[in-house]
Amino acid sequence: MIDSLEAVLIKNGILTAFLFVGVLVWFSYWFSNKFTRGHLHGSAIAITLGLVIAYFSGLITDGSKGIADFPLFAGVAVLGGAMFRDFAIVATAYGADIDEIKHAGLAGVVSIILGVVLSFVVGAVVAVGFGYTDAVSISTIGAGAATYIVGPVTGTALGASSEVIALSVAAGLVKSVLVMVGTPFVASSIGLNNPQSAMVYGGLMGTTSGVAGGLAATDPKLVPYGAMTATFYTGVGCLLAPSVLFLIVRVLFPD
Amino acid sequence: MIVYGVALLAFCTLLGGYLGDMLGIAIGVQANVGGVGIAMMFLIIMSNISSKKFHLSPMSESGIKFWSAMYIPIIVAMAAKQNMVVALSSGWMAVVAGVLAVVVGFLMVPVLSKIGNGKKPLTGDKS
Repeated sequence: MIDSLEAVLIKNGILTAFLFVGVLVWFSYWFSNKFTRGHLHGSAIAITLGLVIAYFSGLITDGSKGIADFPLFAGVAVLGGAMFRDFAIVATAYGADIDEIKHAGLAGVVSIILGVVLSFVVGAVVAVGFGYTDAVSISTIGAGAATYIVGPVTGTALGASSEVIALSVAAGLVKSVLVMVGTPFVASSIGLNNPQSAMVYGGLMGTTSGVAGGLAATDPKLVPYGAMTATFYTGVGCLLAPSVLFLIVRVLFPD
Repeated sequence: MIVYGVALLAFCTLLGGYLGDMLGIAIGVQANVGGVGIAMMFLIIMSNISSKKFHLSPMSESGIKFWSAMYIPIIVAMAAKQNMVVALSSGWMAVVAGVLAVVVGFLMVPVLSKIGNGKKPLTGDKS
């Protein structure tokens, strides 16, 4: 009996994922109302719980896809994958105010470029602080501090070692997780409460998953504005990190 | 028809993804440049002209609104499939680099939010 139940759940993986997420979200909102009187938003709790579950799943399965490495929950990888994520992010744009976007356009563009450069510099300085002296490793880790896609793209282009590329991915993952979890806590002190600051925030942070999760947990109305700029960030990062930024690092750290 | 809204959303997302890839190839990077952002612009433009020639019925709209509302559950699923073990166990350097990048980013939000606030944008934008 248990076997056939398991078979049904595995065969209908995405439906199992809907059920899993539904239960998780329901529990999180219940917890939010019951124990924090709504102060800690239900979606923030749900996202944090998702990350905790991913952590323990990773410990148990030794895999890289969190709970989705259990065959029973393989559908979570599809539901939480790039296809549905992008589809839903685009949907949030429906009804967004076109004038707000025009108004924040310049600040948005500046924030993307500055966001890439600042993250790269921070990552590069940390790499130097931890004893790296070759331009390729420093640049790859700097790129990883931008996003976990910019890191490996840069590292591959520059011929970095796989260990350094793995580190750059890890730096990007830490960033994305922290943006997801930390945003609701700092939102009011950094003025993240209007479309303009949301676009700036998306451009500065750049990690699409982090920004998407962070804004969802702060104020879902801001999601389209932040996501709009964030989606350009990785592309700009892949453009700047292995080229201009690497050349600057190579001037500072010649072989 | 609900499916019209869903189809329009899919059309925008696919077109954005395609143009984002093209843009990436054009500037020579191995990444999609702004695909989702471009798709969002299409959807916003289409929803803003909808009152005139191109009318979306409330029923069609609900096809888009459903996916908009599914956004948080999808993000929760995304969180549950992250490679958290690597994020937390790759040693201090990755953690320090990631944390500092976030802190610097947060600090810059209020500074950059002031750009263009209360005055006309500096570019030739006619907005």
